Parts: sequence; C-alpha cells; structure tokens
Amino acid sequence: MADNNSLLRIYEQMLRIRLFEQKAQELYVQGLVTGSMHIYTGQEAIAATAGELLRETDTITSTHRGHGHCIAKGGKTDKMMAELLGRKTGYCGGKGGSMHMADFTRGNLGANGMVGGGLAISVGAGITNAIIKKNDSVTVCFFGEGATNEGVFHESLNLAAIWKLPVIFLCENNLYQVFTSVAESMPVKDVSIRAISYGIPGITCDGNDVLELYDVLDSAIERARNGQGPTLIEAKTYRWEGHYTGDGYARGGYRSIEEIDLWKAKDPIARMAKYIIESAIADNELLEKIEAGLKDEIEKAVHFAMESPWPDDEDLYKDVFYEKEEV
Amino acid sequence: MTVIKYSQAIRDAIAEEMRIDQNVFVMGQDVETMGGVFGCTKGILEEFGHDRIRNTPISEAVIIGAGVGGALTGTRMLVEMQYVDFILHAMDQTINQAAKVRYMTGGKATVPLIIRAQQGSGRGNGAQHSQNLEALFCHMPGLKVVMPSTPYDAKGLLKTAVRDNNPVLFFEHKVLYNTKGEVPDTDYTIPFGKADIKRSGKDVTVIATSWMVLKALEAAEILEKQGIDAEIIDPRTLVPLDKETIINSVKKTGRAVIVHEAHEVCGIGAEIAFIIMELAIDWLDAPIKRVTSAQAPIPYSSKLEKLTIPSVDRIIDAVKEVMYIK
Ligand SMILES: Cc1ncc(C[n+]2csc(CCOP(=O)(O)OP(=O)(O)O)c2C)c(N)n1
Ligand SMILES: [Mg+2]
Repeated sequence: MADNNSLLRIYEQMLRIRLFEQKAQELYVQGLVTGSMHIYTGQEAIAATAGELLRETDTITSTHRGHGHCIAKGGKTDKMMAELLGRKTGYCGGKGGSMHMADFTRGNLGANGMVGGGLAISVGAGITNAIIKKNDSVTVCFFGEGATNEGVFHESLNLAAIWKLPVIFLCENNLYQVFTSVAESMPVKDVSIRAISYGIPGITCDGNDVLELYDVLDSAIERARNGQGPTLIEAKTYRWEGHYTGDGYARGGYRSIEEIDLWKAKDPIARMAKYIIESAIADNELLEKIEAGLKDEIEKAVHFAMESPWPDDEDLYKDVFYEKEEV
Repeated sequence: MTVIKYSQAIRDAIAEEMRIDQNVFVMGQDVETMGGVFGCTKGILEEFGHDRIRNTPISEAVIIGAGVGGALTGTRMLVEMQYVDFILHAMDQTINQAAKVRYMTGGKATVPLIIRAQQGSGRGNGAQHSQNLEALFCHMPGLKVVMPSTPYDAKGLLKTAVRDNNPVLFFEHKVLYNTKGEVPDTDYTIPFGKADIKRSGKDVTVIATSWMVLKALEAAEILEKQGIDAEIIDPRTLVPLDKETIINSVKKTGRAVIVHEAHEVCGIGAEIAFIIMELAIDWLDAPIKRVTSAQAPIPYSSKLEKLTIPSVDRIIDAVKEVMYIK
C-alpha cells in the first residue's frame, strides 16, 4: 500500500509529465522540435508509479514514447526540453532528440527508436545486477503492446526467465500501434497471457489507476529484488494524442471520438486528484500550489532550452567511439 | 502527362500492377489503414480488398521472411518497411534467405519479392530513423537495389520491380514523397540497369542518387552561372548498375564527383569510383571526389543534421575542386 507522501509525489510526477508534454507539443507545432515525437499524455500513471517505487540505483529501459519514463526516473525537465530543441545542454547534447532521451546518472538507459529495442537491453542490465554485481537492483523495461509481436520479445522474456533475472517487463497496452489496433495484431486480448510460455507471473491491471498499479508493481519489484525472477505486467491504458505529433487520423480516423472520450473520462490524474481530496491526503489549495510550481518549472525549462547554445560543428564527429571520459 | 507527387506515383504503380496481376499481395505495418503513414497505399484496400493487402503486426522478420515464403510459392510479394532502419530486424530473412535461395537451389527457386522501404535523413528523425542502407544490400549478391529520385522514375521502376522475378530492394526517400513531377498517363516501365542523364553537360560528371539528384541539379544551375557545365547522372538502380552511361560521360568530361547521402566508407561511391578507375583512368584529368554524409550516425539536432547531409554548397565545392577552380 502506498503511503500518503508517495501518492502525493506520484500525483506531482504525473502532472509534471502532462505539463511537459503539453509544452512539447506547442514547441513542435512551432517547428522547434523536429522528427517524430510521441506524446505520453493519458499514460502518466504507469511511469509515475514505477518511478516512485524504484531506487536511484535501479535502471529502466524506455521507448519511443519515453518522455514520461525519463521524468519519472528523476529526469530534469530543462535538460529534456533542451534535448528536444537539439541544444548542446540537452541530455544527449542534442544528438539524440525525443526518441533517444537517456539519463545515465539516474539509471535511465535510454528511450529507443526501435520498437522492442529496450527489451533485450533490460535483460543485459539484469545480468549485470544479478550475476556480475550480485546486488538487489532491478530494471523496469517499458514497452508498448506492439513490441510483444517482435521476435526479440520472446527471446528476452525467455532468457530473463531461465536465468531468473531481476527485470520487470512493464507493457503499456494503449490498444494501438500507430494506426493498427490490438484486435488486428494479436490473437489474445491480454498481453499478460503471453507470460505462460515463460513460466513467469503475468498480470493485467488498470494502467490508469495509481493504487492498483502501485500494488502490482510493488510485488513484482520485490520478487525481482529477492531473486525470484521476472514478471510480465500489462497495464491497460490509452494515449490521448496521435501516435506521433501531427498524426491527423487519431481522432475520428482509426479511433472513434466516443472511444477517446470514454478513455479521457478515465484520466489518471483527475482520478488521483479526486482520491487525494476525498481521502483528505491534501486539499485543493495544496494541489493548486503543486500545479503552479510545475507550470513555473516548465516555463523555466523552455527558457533554459531556448537560451541554450546549439552543438558545436565538431560535435558531429564526436562520440562515434569512446575516446576519453567527458569532464 | 500528369503532374503528380512521388507518393502518388508509388501508389499508382502498386494499383496498376495489382490490376494486371492477381497474384500481387501487399503487406506491411499500417498499410491498410488510412493509406499508410506516408499515404503510399491509399485506396488499395478499398479497390482490392483485405485478401490483397494486409496490415501486419510489428514483426519485420516475418514480414520479409513470409515475403520469401510467399514468393517461393508463386505469390508476388510486395512488402513494406515503414522505415528502412527496421529491416535490420530482418537481415537474416533478407540476406540469408531472400538473396541466396535461388542460387543455393541451383536455380530451382524463384523469388518475386519486392521490399519497399523509406529511407534517408532531412527531417530530424535521429540516428535510428534516418539511415541510408543501400550499400549493405548492394554488397550481397542476389539482391537488386533501386533508388528512384523522381515521380516518373518511381512509378516506372516500381512497375518493373513488381514484374521482376528476383528480390528487389526499392528505396524511397522520405523527403521526396511530396515532390512533384510529370508522369505519363499510359502504362510504362523503366528497365533496371539504365541510368538517366538528368542534365547533360560537358565539363564535369556528377553521379548522384535519390534526394541527392535534386541537390546536384540545383548545384548545376548555380555552376552554370559561373560558366561550369555539369552533367548529372542518376544511376536509378545500383544493382544492376549502368556502368556504360557513367563511363561514357566521364570519358567526355574527364572529371567525376559522386554524391550520396549514405556514409562514405564502403558506400556506393567507392564502388563507382573504382569502376571509373578501371575503365576510364586514362581519361581522368583530376582525382574523383565524393560528397557524402559524415562517418557518424545521423544526429538529431537540426544544426548538426544539416551539417552532415551533402549540401548544394558542398557539391559546388567538390565540382570546383576537380576542375581546379578556386
Ligand atoms: C522495429 C520497429 N518497427 C516499426 C517501428 C515504427 N513504429 C514506431 S512506434 C510503432 C508502434 C508501436 O506500438 P506500441 O509498441 O504499442 O507502442 P505505442 O506507440 O502504442 O506506445 C511503430 C510501428 C519502429 N519504430 N521500430
Ligand atoms: Mg500501443
């Protein structure tokens, strides 16, 4: 069970993610962000709850829809914003962008442009922790339901299971993979069923409900820390926005307006706010104060990014290979 | 003639070939829905139905592997990689299976497989969504490699690809989808292995591929004002490669610049330069120059991305260098 402070922190992180994403979209529309940017809005409860339960020494692998994961693992919104704007002060010096946001100081091994790219990497992190370092650190591997149709999903879960690696495979099932629905692409309704082939627990939960997520994740993380191996968790959720920013078909094209409205009514943040007030964990005034503080933070992050220098020309050729430790 | 977009040229070629041959089957990620992410399969589902075009799960290995299996059993498999970068999930299927099965079976197998893939930088998509991978496939015997630069070439070459009985890698460019050009209203095809002289000139030969053809043409306009007459050659297919057109041009101009967006090391430019060296060294008046992307992954930051992609200015500089003009 989550204590009141945890719940408040999760609430704050969810809101930070939402406000960050809103701002990122604005910047995209202004042409300041390029390429493909995938917005996390609607799925905040999953990253924020996992982030709350993880230690700084734990690691995550992230996805193309990774801003929320980065923030939840303690990522700084100013460095993230600078990365989106391609600036030298960004997390990757401007060379990664939205799809490659990484923060090794906080155990975020990186977002990924390849669907399923983080699955095998999380297994490797599990090897380091369980076999080489023999510590009790764990790795949360985020991925979409679409990734479970890649061959590497099978290979990764199989290896993690036979070696009992401390990995939590956390599938965010938002029902779509670009324009293609789950019904079209999978013979099973629940991704968690796929755990059976690996002899590991497979759990489906409400990905928009912090309280439920907290308990499910807590026990999977405990299990991993105790050397009992991986768990496959499927959190059912929904992305509010298009697949990528600029996807004009997301509303009323391949997804009906009714379906979108139905899911918006399950807004994880509004639900959490209601719970916090009703359980007298905090009052409205405090929540408003949190929101004001976050808005200020995001504005400052944009300012930081806009004022930041572009990478130097020589940076193009740097970091292809390891040469020396950056100071 | 009608002026259409590159993406529509692709779509028209697919539809026309599907009308001609009942055995053409299209599959790939999101190809059915909303006409695909780049609109290249718009209207195909409506006209041909779900037994001629299918959305697949995100499973590149089986998209290409089943492409091989379908082809071996008589279906003309027209499969799509949304971004070429994703084909790296399916290299076994492409290189160990598709490329070799005819040879390994002593010519018993026939593989009418077309892999359409969108590639290239220029839109700030970062290192895993901006690559130009053609050289990897040119290296492997058994694969044909096509890189159209105009709507006319895209349509004519895709129709040829669909009729070919070999695995064909058909590389479209993300930046070109919205470019326009004239396309005949009647059925036509363009043979593989036939380069196109996009602009004739007498002073220097510029061999360019895909998007770089447009940049080379732009450079040629500027060079003309400075009294330099560049000939721009688009090989259009890298396998098979039209050596003759390239060599004839170099024998005429005595100078060559090769422009491609892929990285320099072991790129197609190295191959073309070697061919020129073998067949036309006595005609060369200057060393051959290459203009390519830096030997580094494609960076996200728009500033750095611009720096890595061959620019009109870099092409102009290279031309002047081979002409010993300051
Ligand atoms: C290997 C690979 N194949 C295809 C893509 C193109 N692509 C990017 S995101 C995406 C959909 C992913 O769906 P899912 O895993 O459910 O994540 P979601 O976008 O729903 O968060 C696809 C097909 C890719 N990036 N990588
Ligand atoms: Mg999904």
